[in-house]
Amino acid sequence: MQAEFELLNAPGSWELWLEFWRFEDMNALWVLSGSILLGISASVIGAFAFLRRRSLIGDALAHAALPGVMSAFLLFQTRDPVVMFLGAVVSSFAGFFMIDWLPKHTKIKADAALAITLSFFFALGLMLLSYIQGLNVENKSGLDKILFGQAAAMSQQDITLLMYVTVFILLVVTLLFQKLRLIAFNLNYARTLGIPVRFYEFTLALLIVMSVVVGLQLVGVVLMAAVLLTPVAAARFWSNQLTTILVVAGGLGAFSAIISTQISYLAPAMPTGPWMVVSLALLFIISLLFAPQRGLVHRYLQQRALRFKVAQENILRTLYKLYERGDFQQRPFNIGDIQALRAMPTNALKKTLKRLCQQQLIEDSVNGFRLTEAGLQQAQQLTRRHRLWENYLNEQMDLPPDQVHTQAERIEHLLTEEQEQQLEMELANPHFDPHGRDIPQGDAERQPGVKAQGGKHDQ
Amino acid sequence: MNSSLVSAQPPIRVTNLSMRYHYKPVLTDVSFEIPEGKTIAIIGPNGAGKSTLLKGMMELEPLIEGQVEFFGQPLANKRLTTAYVPQREEIDWDFPIDVMDVVLMGRHGQLKFWQRPSAQDKQIAEQALKDLKMWEFRDRQISQLSGGQQQRVFLARALAQQANLYLMDEPFAGVDMATEKAIIGLFHTLKAQGKTIVCVHHDLNTVDTYFDWVLMINARLVAAGPVETTLTPENLQKTFGSRLSLLNDLTETMYRTRLNQAHDHD
Repeated sequence: MQAEFELLNAPGSWELWLEFWRFEDMNALWVLSGSILLGISASVIGAFAFLRRRSLIGDALAHAALPGVMSAFLLFQTRDPVVMFLGAVVSSFAGFFMIDWLPKHTKIKADAALAITLSFFFALGLMLLSYIQGLNVENKSGLDKILFGQAAAMSQQDITLLMYVTVFILLVVTLLFQKLRLIAFNLNYARTLGIPVRFYEFTLALLIVMSVVVGLQLVGVVLMAAVLLTPVAAARFWSNQLTTILVVAGGLGAFSAIISTQISYLAPAMPTGPWMVVSLALLFIISLLFAPQRGLVHRYLQQRALRFKVAQENILRTLYKLYERGDFQQRPFNIGDIQALRAMPTNALKKTLKRLCQQQLIEDSVNGFRLTEAGLQQAQQLTRRHRLWENYLNEQMDLPPDQVHTQAERIEHLLTEEQEQQLEMELANPHFDPHGRDIPQGDAERQPGVKAQGGKHDQ
Repeated sequence: MNSSLVSAQPPIRVTNLSMRYHYKPVLTDVSFEIPEGKTIAIIGPNGAGKSTLLKGMMELEPLIEGQVEFFGQPLANKRLTTAYVPQREEIDWDFPIDVMDVVLMGRHGQLKFWQRPSAQDKQIAEQALKDLKMWEFRDRQISQLSGGQQQRVFLARALAQQANLYLMDEPFAGVDMATEKAIIGLFHTLKAQGKTIVCVHHDLNTVDTYFDWVLMINARLVAAGPVETTLTPENLQKTFGSRLSLLNDLTETMYRTRLNQAHDHD
């Protein structure tokens, strides 16, 4: 509001940004540290809700806190952070017990219990909020800010409380980490060990409630759940070790807190919550796409490499079959010959042949393509594996010879050296496949390096 | 571990145990005692209540009636002597944790809430993994294990508890030959130490080779005793043949009408 009257000497956003990072404004520094702590602790405690598959509990608890804040204000006529906090904790816990009690004692299922509790408490909170706004009392302005959160509106006391609570949460999680993980992994087993599971469940619920309630002013009732869950959902893409996941999640939470607090400082009218959640969502999308191993891009590239490998191996096999039909005389075959045996779009076929040429598994000449020595060996090995597997299916699974080919077409690309030897042993080193064709004998001239070579050039 | 010091109390004594699922009776009036230092199979058809019996004994599911005593004591006093191996399917195997950490969970019954496993705990877990030929997998993510390897991790975890009595829910279900051999090896080792193993088992062909004793269950206890005398065609017929439908129907009616609560002076 003030800015409209001071437009002439209002500082530009660049100066504000510099001021922010020079930490000249002590209040801004406090808000920043507070929100970083909140980002970390909410992400860490949210991870346990996520692992317990109770992701939505945070959302319900945040909404359930609203009537508590409003009642506390009505009862005590104060905005003291501790009073607000306690009010919110009490009503959040009331919500928690309702969610817990309903499915255990009635026919209502857990998801319905969650939805009913969430909307009931939220409606109650909104009702009280509009009632308060109609009253003639001091201090009431700004109460509505807890819907979407506003970092700039936080007082020094708010931040101090926030810091105590978040540090407390992080300490408790560090202390109880082993037990919380055990319960999240295998609840029943934990009970058979004699571990007081209910105590830990209660503690976890308390920590979630505390972290939700303390985050209301920063992030707001509506979006608090996203701060609990998005970091761990994003972090899950980066690691398989829970400790690493928690560290990454905490880092993402802190980073989003920095971004949103900054924006709230530069443009005080901006609510912090939505900015925090939007930046978290961006981090999530980045993780989803680009994380190593689990990211979509990596998986796509892997799939593509596999497709190339299969296409190449198929062509090698086709060339081997042609070579076999020509009474094992090495001579070139043209694309038509190959396509006659192996149905494949011409473009893809040409590309595959080109890649095989580059890897010197085949040679290109005016007359067509022929296998090189390395190519022949690989083709022999594949054919051998294909036919061994056909035998295996035929003998051990009693599949008739006309049904074994399709399966073997796939398995030939997967069989390893060890499995091949196991097949040889189990089948007593056969010389013919179920169709009566020769199985190329590979032992003597098999080169261990041949297969690995194929993999390197997959791109 | 001197067996003469152990009192004459059996490892497990179950008296008049009844359990239900909603109003459907699962087990009715089951009583038995098992001897120490034996391998005991619980067999019966699907839905006979075998897993439920184990869960009831471990206080994972409520009993309607009856008592379970471990070495003459309630479970609360004998937690450390009793190790439970749940079914593999009960777990989210995509959980971010490695093999060693899962096995170390077996030590948590003795650790205070803030305590991390000690060097000694790690040695115990290491030995358990080696006993089940899983030591080389210690750093492996559990999501990357085969079914048999998962089962061996669960057994190693129970072994790390260093209990005297092991209750296992279908350890042989869907495992490879290597795992089956490892489990049999484990049975021999544990039996040699005088420990008792109770297993829910589904493969009738192997009962007499793997087990000394058998509990035959079909919503009630059909028979209990040494395999040679108990696993008879007659008992098998009773266990796997038709169910006592009148018993079940009337028990269900009793639960629905809450007669067992109205009838409190027997």
